[in-house]
Order: sequence, then C-alpha cells, then structure tokens
Amino acid sequence: MIETAFTPWASLAGGVLIGVSSTLLMLMLGRVFGATGILAGLFQPASGQDFSWRAALVAGMVSGPAVVWLMTGQMPAVEVPISTLALVLGGLIVGVGVTYGSGCTSGHGVCGMARLSPRSIAATITFMIFTGLTVYIIRHVIGG
Amino acid sequence: MRLIATYLIGLIFGVGISISGMANPAKVLNFFDIVGTWDPSLIFVMGGALVTTFIGYKLVFGRSAPIFEPDFQVPVNRTIDARLIGGSAVFGIGWGIAGFCPGGALPALGTGRWEVVAFTAALVAGILLAKFIQSLTAPRRTNAA
Repeated sequence: MIETAFTPWASLAGGVLIGVSSTLLMLMLGRVFGATGILAGLFQPASGQDFSWRAALVAGMVSGPAVVWLMTGQMPAVEVPISTLALVLGGLIVGVGVTYGSGCTSGHGVCGMARLSPRSIAATITFMIFTGLTVYIIRHVIGG
Repeated sequence: MRLIATYLIGLIFGVGISISGMANPAKVLNFFDIVGTWDPSLIFVMGGALVTTFIGYKLVFGRSAPIFEPDFQVPVNRTIDARLIGGSAVFGIGWGIAGFCPGGALPALGTGRWEVVAFTAALVAGILLAKFIQSLTAPRRTNAA
C-alpha cells in the first residue's frame, strides 16, 4: 500500500475545474460530460460530427497532464499499487459495469447528481458502496 | 471553432482530473480505505465538481438552447432498474480493484504510463464485450449513448 498526502486545496481546485468543464460542455454542445458515453461513442458507428466532438474532447483530456507539467514542471502522480493482472481485470470489470450501469463517476456522480437525477443518485450510492466494500475486502479481509 | 472549444473543454477536465488526484489510483484507493491508509482528498474533488456543476447547470438551463446545437440532450429515463443498480455495483467492484474510473484514466493516458494504457485497453474491451452481449440478449433495444 502507498500512503498519499491529504491535498484538500488541489483536490478542491481540480473538482471545480471538472465542474467548469461539465458546465461548458452543456453550454456549448448540450451534452452531459460522461467519460463512459464519450469513450464508448468513439467505438460506435455514428455520423462524422458525432465522432469528431468526442475525439476532440478525449484529445483535450489526454493533453491535461502535459499542461500541468508545463505549469508546474511536474507530471501528475500515477501510482499503481496493484499487479498488472489486477489492473487489466479491473479495467474489464469497469467496462462491463459502466455499460450496464449507463455511466460512471463523471456522468452519474457529477453531471447526473447535479441534475438531481434519481437514476444517477441511485447509481452513485451503489458504486461508492461497492467500491468501498471491494477495497475493504481486498486490503483487510484477503490482504489482512 | 466548435472543435477547438470542445478540445479546450476536454483540456480543462484533464487538468482538473490531474491536479485533483483522480488520475492516481493510489490516492483513489486510499480514499475508500477508511480503516487503513485513508486520504479524504476525493471528498473535495466530488464536492467541488458537484457544487460547480449544480450552479453551472442552473445558469445554462436558463437558456433555450446550447450555443452550437439546437437542443440540450440530457437523459430522460427516470426508472431505477436492476440493470442500473447491477451495472453500478459491478463498476464499483472494478473501481475498487483497479483504482481507475474512466474519467480518471483518460487524462492519465497523457502521462504516457503503460499501466494506464493497459487499463484503458481492458476498459474498452469490457465496454465492447458488454455492448456485444447486450446486442445478443436484447436485439430490439436501442442504446442511448
């Protein structure tokens, strides 16, 4: 396990930026900023314009760390405390889950909750509980 | 113009995720490890994002239409069903194993770390697998992206 420092101000600032981008996407394109739908949409047959805004959005997202590096001289930390096998297994499970659940932390947890959507509130409560249980079981039941 | 604006919106999101700590699986997993190496930072990410979006949406929905499109496209389904809850539970299990969610992993790709590439490839494979199973089990169902 890796200890991480408590960073309330950086995290709050990051959260506000996430909120600003979600608001701007609704203002400009009238769309919900859900990473699941945007990523999945890239792999679905769709019109050229439907593909291009998603591709532009993902290109912007991927450019984020480079801008942080230019501003601070440091790449954002990515510390992976688990095996590659667990990482890939987790990725597959997340992919199946967000497809059936119609969204993830950004779509349900931020945009849906901000619209007070009952579906998103139920989804967010569910995945937060199951993530917490999974971490507890892995670290303190199996690992403990 | 439209695509440049969209790129910049993605960039703001990517910078936000990067400085918030959501791109760091160790930090995300520590948030959920309340009885262990707890790091409460992500409460501030969720809180900041939620309050900002709540206020932002209130202002935006005061308009009759978005700037580049004729209509707002927000989900209208309000039914809480087993598919939503089951899918969200499965997502939670995967998030608890890997520490990456889709919105955290996409900006993290920009760090060039191969672990993020491996996770994202598996994520896309999982999405495509689920869509394929859905197309077999419910051929007449239309999926709203």
